[in-house]
Amino acid sequence: MNSKLNLDVNKINSARNAAKNIAEDVQDFIDRHTTSTIERTVVRLLGVDGVDEIEKPLPNVVVDNIMEGGGLPLGAAYWLGNAIVQTGNTPQEIAEKISRGELDITKLSVANDDEIRDEVYKIARENVEKIAKKRDERESYLNTIGEGRKPYLYVIVATGNIYEDIIQAKAAARQGADVIAVIRTTAQSLLDYVPYGPTTEGFGGTYATQENFRLMREALDEVGEEVGKYIRVCNYCSGLCMPEIAAMGALERLDVMLNDALYGILFRDINMQRTIVDQYFSRIINGFAGIIINTGEDNYLTTADAVEEAHTVLASQFINEQFAKKAGLPEEQMGLGHAFEMNPNIENGFLWELAQAQMAREIFPKAPLKYMPPTKFMTGDIFKGHLQDALFNLISIWTNQGIQLLGMPTEAIHTPHLQDRMLSIENAKYIFNNARNIGDEIEFKKDGIIQSRAKEVLENAEKLLKDIEQEGLFSTIEKGQFGGVKRPRDGGKGLDGVTIKDEKYYNPFIQLMLGGEK
Amino acid sequence: MALEKVDLTRVKPYGDTLNDGMMQLSFTLPIPYGDEADEAARRLARKMGLEEPSVVHSHDLGVGYTFFVVYGKCQHTVNYEEIEVPKVDVEIMSKYEVEDFIKENIKRDVVIVGACTGTDAHTVGIDAIMNMKGYDGHYGLERYKMVEAYNLGSQVPNEELVAKAIELNADAILVSQVVTQKDVHIPNLTELTELLEAEGMRDKIVLVCGGPRISHELAKELGYDAGFGSGSFANNVASFIVKEIVERKLV
Repeated sequence: MNSKLNLDVNKINSARNAAKNIAEDVQDFIDRHTTSTIERTVVRLLGVDGVDEIEKPLPNVVVDNIMEGGGLPLGAAYWLGNAIVQTGNTPQEIAEKISRGELDITKLSVANDDEIRDEVYKIARENVEKIAKKRDERESYLNTIGEGRKPYLYVIVATGNIYEDIIQAKAAARQGADVIAVIRTTAQSLLDYVPYGPTTEGFGGTYATQENFRLMREALDEVGEEVGKYIRVCNYCSGLCMPEIAAMGALERLDVMLNDALYGILFRDINMQRTIVDQYFSRIINGFAGIIINTGEDNYLTTADAVEEAHTVLASQFINEQFAKKAGLPEEQMGLGHAFEMNPNIENGFLWELAQAQMAREIFPKAPLKYMPPTKFMTGDIFKGHLQDALFNLISIWTNQGIQLLGMPTEAIHTPHLQDRMLSIENAKYIFNNARNIGDEIEFKKDGIIQSRAKEVLENAEKLLKDIEQEGLFSTIEKGQFGGVKRPRDGGKGLDGVTIKDEKYYNPFIQLMLGGEK
Repeated sequence: MALEKVDLTRVKPYGDTLNDGMMQLSFTLPIPYGDEADEAARRLARKMGLEEPSVVHSHDLGVGYTFFVVYGKCQHTVNYEEIEVPKVDVEIMSKYEVEDFIKENIKRDVVIVGACTGTDAHTVGIDAIMNMKGYDGHYGLERYKMVEAYNLGSQVPNEELVAKAIELNADAILVSQVVTQKDVHIPNLTELTELLEAEGMRDKIVLVCGGPRISHELAKELGYDAGFGSGSFANNVASFIVKEIVERKLV
């Protein structure tokens, strides 16, 4: 590809290589560990669902029982497989027995390893097949009713009530949205379980539950048929249950998942060991299910300065890319994130934003980049806000972004009203249409403001990545290099769920989904 | 023609002629797009006290709802002269003046604990006031000499905030509420004052809240010492805190 920014290819390669080494260094750690939520995911993928009489999800019941017996290092697949061999029951029946106190899974006599693995593998394969079918369904929709043009118009709904969300989502789809994200209720990321069933109460968002996923999917398939394009559903694969949410999304044909390797550590104070191990399995699932992940680099710029810290965004994009590759996620599913967050009073700030967006485009040519709108410098002046969003939209069409998270004029005031979404969609549609091929027509002046800015950011990112390569990712985060947030290695939430795998540890899904047949 | 003078006891909106009363508004009604919808919007505007309401634009929102832009002439007036708005009554000092003030009058470090509390996950406000970098060229409290600033981040429960304030022997607590739903910030802010009362700390601490939907008047009503709305910077908040500490003899 011809670089409009005249970027130094050697610098890009060197940065990418450093990121690769960073990810490899951490991958050793990942491969040696598992976590409570990874094992609950295995339990879910083996077909266990439902809650007990105190609303505790059965996957938690099973894994807690395994942990009480000290059996987590062997993996839930091992114990469930053994229980199947010993009892002849299905995984669901076994889970129900455990919840009634009729069975203690680690106290059963132990069958031979091959027999256990064979039993589990059979069920695992069948269920992986179900996910593959969901992927085919999506393909079939895309081949028949088609999809909107990129950049996809992405809007959020956030009422707290799934049924109300559906009304708003349908309205947004009819107005032209391509992706609907259901914002999660506050603090769900800190729950060490996934709630169950349809939900109608939440603050600032709606619980991510498998039933809520199903309801939204169904509603938007319906509208998709009506408006003649496939509408993508997005949710949040982050927090303490990353891989479980990925599995639920895969089973209900979600299309986009927020899924960052570092976000939980930095912004939700989740233990870094936990998140790093969890993100790997969650991305294996997302990769296999054909789900586009969205990474959260934009968040750095809400706490750090977009001018001074632009290189940390690029560095993190490189790291997220390498972690995603490790998990078998193709580039076409890497929605690497960045944002339009510079102070609007900066002279030529628009040119710098343009440089950043074009740079991300050229360095990650196949990725459906996720571009986030201005938030930090949005005020109660909705008229100015609408203009800020317009400039943001102009850069997006100019630099061929993948997923355009639409800015709302009322960003600083409230979660979007019905009309706010319409105004934002109209804004984007107007600009995307009116300036569709601007990027093909305009080149940048050699060594001008735009080229120089991109060069500077790339150089700083490469330097930072080389430093991290020396220092190691964990210590870098401990020192507060990302988003200016410092996190201790043993601090934060969820460390108690991390454990070292036994030599006999078994998880059939890694084998089945990672680079498996698709 | 002599220009008409503004009668401050009877003020009404200005479009392009004094006292034309012209207002613009936009809203959505849960009814399907069409002539009947426009008429409904017009009637509603009339009930709101707008004469000659004119629906200049309406747009189908896709679920049987319609969005309107309406102009009309407001009949109501307000008496500007009788208005009194409670304000944070303190002379605003710069960062350096605040630092000097602490050095001369308090003579020790001032401990300030801040958080975005309850369900609110938006740290923009508290970060703008507290973080080193500050906002729009105004350094945050972390950068102030003789100020120990602790930003606890977002979604901090009130209990945790109070516990931290006790642990650090804080002089002041800052609470930020940015995006709130269904007015949840009101009970949340009230709960904090109640907790501080229960701990017997309320008199020993300067309690400040801020956010786009917070006014000084609301803050006072809820039992806070001050409230800062949009457009406030670290030095506004710091000026108030240090002077309050001296005034209330909390030195």
